[in-house]
Amino acid sequence: MKASPSKSPSPLTLRDLLGRRAALVLLPAVFAASFAMAQAGADKRRSGYQDMGAALQKMQDDDTTNPGMLFVQLGQQLWAKPAGANNKACADCHSVGDMKGVAVRYPAMPRDGDKPIDLESRIRLCRTVNQQAEPLAPESRELLSLAAFVANQSRGLPIAPPADPRLAPFREQGAAIYQRRQGQLNLSCAICHDDNAGKKLAGVTIPQAHPTGYPLYRLEWQALGSLKRRLRNCLIGIRAEAYPSDAVEYVALEIYLMDRARGMVFEAPGVRP
Amino acid sequence: MTQVLINAPKTAKKGEVIELKALILHVMETGFRPGTNGRIIPRNIIERFTASWNGAEIFRMDFSPAISANPFVSFFAVASESGKISFRWTGDEGFAVEESVAIDVA
Repeated sequence: MKASPSKSPSPLTLRDLLGRRAALVLLPAVFAASFAMAQAGADKRRSGYQDMGAALQKMQDDDTTNPGMLFVQLGQQLWAKPAGANNKACADCHSVGDMKGVAVRYPAMPRDGDKPIDLESRIRLCRTVNQQAEPLAPESRELLSLAAFVANQSRGLPIAPPADPRLAPFREQGAAIYQRRQGQLNLSCAICHDDNAGKKLAGVTIPQAHPTGYPLYRLEWQALGSLKRRLRNCLIGIRAEAYPSDAVEYVALEIYLMDRARGMVFEAPGVRP
Repeated sequence: MTQVLINAPKTAKKGEVIELKALILHVMETGFRPGTNGRIIPRNIIERFTASWNGAEIFRMDFSPAISANPFVSFFAVASESGKISFRWTGDEGFAVEESVAIDVA
């Protein structure tokens, strides 16, 4: 609008007022956005996704080329399939919509337990206690598929570990394991994933070890695998003795890693090389 | 339960070159690996993949034990007529899966 020189100062019009109000409303939003951008700039955390090649990223992004989606599809069928003495399916008690946001807050403490459990253990517990069915074997295709289906509902959400004080000692235990040197190579998790992340190990970029896409499809495994399998893999890699499969150390590490990745976007099922 | 993921366009112009992608859940056991008991795990692979357009074969591929688990196949075809594109996988231990998608060619 152009004010004519004869008519100055021009009276405030309704349009001007609305314009100012919009500007006032927008101003905090602009500040918030720039603050968020500064925060994102300060956040040096990278998902393993960002360290992969373009072809693999494309493979993960497309639901018809991501092999993890085969398992999600299988999990969806198992979700609706009745099992056990109660002849009930997951779908008889839970709605799929309620599963949104579940995977990003696990591992968690069961209501009447003293040991934290991860998502896979939660599903196994539900199966034996509520469905009265035979337990699913750890790392079995059925268990991983169900976990992938549940995890897929949280895709795109920020990782949000619960503020449960009972988890704190386990998180500390996980942090201690992460820093502790172990195995014949005398390495700790932190030596590779904190001190040397982003550098190369046998031609592969060392990721920062943020569990953003589990259960995920690793091309090396040619299968879907859990975070526990990944941890076991790393332990064997540093020539350390892997913990037994039901050891609380794995869950403690998972709690620590999820806390470390708090706020990062969840991508399950991920694809990794 | 066999899982298949197909990516094919739902519509195409006549004469257009379209990409067809098919992914299937399969262990592709080579037949060369010993199991935990020391015995060789018997071979279990997909032997053949075929695609047909309204019944006429447009693509065929023989698989070998060196092909990875959950094989992904991508190929191109010329859109000729509306109808059904069928994908068929056959292999060891009587494995046979067929999946089809409809396509509208204008």
